[in-house]
Amino acid sequence: MRTIGKREVEDMAVGAAVLASGGGGDPYIGKLMALQAIDEYGPFQMISLDELPDDAFVCASHMLGAPTVLVEKVPNGMEGVGAVDALEKRLGRKFDAIMPLEAGGLNSLLPFQVAAAKGVPIVDCDGMGRAFPELRHVTWTLFDIPACPAVVCDEKGDVVTVEAVDNAWAERLSRNAAITTGGSVFMADYAMTGAQAKKASIPGTSTYCEQIGRAIREAHEQNVDPLPVILDLLGAFELFRGKLDDVARRTEGGFVRGYAHFAGIDDYAGRECELRFQNEHLLAKSGDEVLCSAPDLIAVLDIETALPITTEGMKYGARGVVIGIPVHEHWRSERGLEIAGPRYFGYDIDFVPVEERVVESANEQ
Amino acid sequence: MSNKDWRIGIDVGGTNTDAVVLDENLNLISAVKSPTTEDVMSGIENAMEAVLAGEGVDRSRIGYAMLGTTHCTNAIVERKRLDRVAVIRIGAPATRAIKPMIDWPAELRTAISDQWFLVGGGHEFDGREIAPLDEDELRRIANQVKGECDSVAITSVFSPVDASHETRAAAIMREALGDDFPISISSEIGSVSLLERENATILNAALVDVAKTTSESFIAALAGEDITDAEVYLCQNDGTLMSAEYAMRYPILTIACGPTNSIRGASFLTGLKDAVVVDVGGTTTDLGVLTHGFPRESMLAVEIGGVRTNFRMPDIISIGLGGGSIVRQHEDGTVTVGPDSVGYRVTKEALCFGGHTLTATDIVVAAGAAEGVGDPALVADLDPELVKKARAVMTEMVENCVDRMKTSAGDIDVILVGGGSILVPSELEGVARVLKPNNFGEANAVGSAISQVSGQIERVFSLDKLGRAETLEVAKGLATEEAIKAGADPDSIQIVEVEDVPLAYLPGNATRVRVKAVGDLKI
Repeated sequence: MRTIGKREVEDMAVGAAVLASGGGGDPYIGKLMALQAIDEYGPFQMISLDELPDDAFVCASHMLGAPTVLVEKVPNGMEGVGAVDALEKRLGRKFDAIMPLEAGGLNSLLPFQVAAAKGVPIVDCDGMGRAFPELRHVTWTLFDIPACPAVVCDEKGDVVTVEAVDNAWAERLSRNAAITTGGSVFMADYAMTGAQAKKASIPGTSTYCEQIGRAIREAHEQNVDPLPVILDLLGAFELFRGKLDDVARRTEGGFVRGYAHFAGIDDYAGRECELRFQNEHLLAKSGDEVLCSAPDLIAVLDIETALPITTEGMKYGARGVVIGIPVHEHWRSERGLEIAGPRYFGYDIDFVPVEERVVESANEQ
Repeated sequence: MSNKDWRIGIDVGGTNTDAVVLDENLNLISAVKSPTTEDVMSGIENAMEAVLAGEGVDRSRIGYAMLGTTHCTNAIVERKRLDRVAVIRIGAPATRAIKPMIDWPAELRTAISDQWFLVGGGHEFDGREIAPLDEDELRRIANQVKGECDSVAITSVFSPVDASHETRAAAIMREALGDDFPISISSEIGSVSLLERENATILNAALVDVAKTTSESFIAALAGEDITDAEVYLCQNDGTLMSAEYAMRYPILTIACGPTNSIRGASFLTGLKDAVVVDVGGTTTDLGVLTHGFPRESMLAVEIGGVRTNFRMPDIISIGLGGGSIVRQHEDGTVTVGPDSVGYRVTKEALCFGGHTLTATDIVVAAGAAEGVGDPALVADLDPELVKKARAVMTEMVENCVDRMKTSAGDIDVILVGGGSILVPSELEGVARVLKPNNFGEANAVGSAISQVSGQIERVFSLDKLGRAETLEVAKGLATEEAIKAGADPDSIQIVEVEDVPLAYLPGNATRVRVKAVGDLKI
């Protein structure tokens, strides 16, 4: 059991933005909610997956909808709690702890406030190890853990219980409920035992976010380049350094798809890099050569500050380091690639782990 | 019309207050630079007196007076002269999870407000009501804050989509507090993002008195120079003007107009519409980008006095290089320039002015690159190797920044302005031409004098209703109307910015559209 105070929350918000892989929404609102919750309930209690008893009962907590709505219609603070309460009532059992669904972006910090209000600890794990566009893009799906019964709750107190045939339908039905109630809701879902959580979750991701944020903060305090520390911490690879000279976006089925083009600078002068994104970055290419693809993480960090640049925040002239971060092995399984590999997102290439691509690329040059 | 067709422009900077007079064809008749004073206003008076005394100035023809000033910025930074604000947020049951002003610096919060209220109401992204507006609660609040505050800030959820709850709430407050009571409503101030818009609205409400005093003193100073019937304007940070009356309602929009004025002035003085503008001052060098005649805006959240807002500010990078930057040679032979500076004391402390500090100015004087500045004899003994190294450092600092601001690999024009522009050589790597306009020192004041007027709208539209093309046309029409309302000549109006950003993770084609229309002042 570990205590999470305001400093830890600030660091986590920065790390969560890195793991968001360019999407996931700005963690700013989640951070402020968490800070206010600390004022109200005291510091958060966080347990590791190992500390979670096998027979414990846990569920995931998160928002669903448009981050752009959430930054305008700020939550009431009881939506997440209302969803968990309703799920407990439906299942006739209390939860012993709450898990984040998503380690990247906004959803990384929102469940802390929910756990505090419920008076239970948060588990240091999540179902993605990054940010992904859909509710079903979780490692729990790979282990046949159903999202349903899932509960949607809005700020007015409206509650919708979703009993879907599979996690794909859970996603569709929940998202429609989210739109009807104003574009941003909280959910409680993926109820499971401690034993299931240990087997199917990605461990330690909140701590991981905190470490990344702390590394960036300390590097700034000491006036040193945070990038080497971050690469080391994430086991990540520098793929490219460049200046953004073209970016285009369009909406398709509720998702923002687009590409960004970088012209190389420093050691990469004369080369180019293209990123494809659907809310999150999914593919990085240099000419015909694939540098990194989903489900591995692609993040663009500002060259000066090492702070992540989101797909929404990308603009002409931005100077970024493109990095590739190996994703948790759960995602690299056959089933993992089926629901989150390059072909799922419409790119007709085989998944090759980023560490192998980097070696190949080095051998060729 | 009449012969009241000349203008006077004044820009208050950290070091200098600049003033210019332009004739009816925008020819520069007179220009002066005078030190900024601690109370700001006496510096404005000095500059005004000097510029009007210039040769060829016919003060009877001055019909327009424009002021770009740091009054409001200073008030926030110094936490002085701020109004007490009652903060009203409309959005319950939503938004309880984050209180207003939660991450403000404590002193600023204490200086501005200890009263905030959350009221039922607000809208969804598509214009439906979250809840009906709680008018009884608003009446109760009005009576409670009566006599306890100087100003009211009202922010309603999704007011950029539907402002009706804000305007109704303002009307209810006025019933109790009086028609003239200052009330700031967020839909007139910021864009989508509740907390940032609320922050800007609260700051705006806190600045009403500062803006009023500033405008009134400016008008009084003009009267002191026998200019009594000029139209008086204040500069906004987007390079356009607002009337003195408007400025008293939206003082926050004057924040950071200095860099904008400098970029716009540089454009006017050179006739260029696209370039990097390098403004070298006493302590820092600011770089901005001119695109289509306007400053490129930053996409990042902008902090004002430690408060996060969603203002569009010019995309400026600042480096610690100025005329007063201190030059040091280290034991290993390397030379550094800045970031510390003797600032406005350069004309006393630099070696070439008889002082005892080696500054960037001394380096260029010693290199023979600054005719008419200081006394070259006083720096004749400087080690030529040191001079060479220091110049190389300064040039590289500027070149790196220009490169950071460029948006394509091709060479770009650079316009050099500001009192310290002698520091920058006439050729730079990656730069097509380095232009140094006449009167480069007063580009800021020229920028303030030639400011245009604008209208802007920013809203969430559902493209499913009209389609993208038609929606954008509707938005352009609304922005044009706003510009005409602000005093633009309808024939000169141009749409200078169109931005549509789809709302991520949400079907239905909800898109945030922002359009800005700009025109010349109707004279």
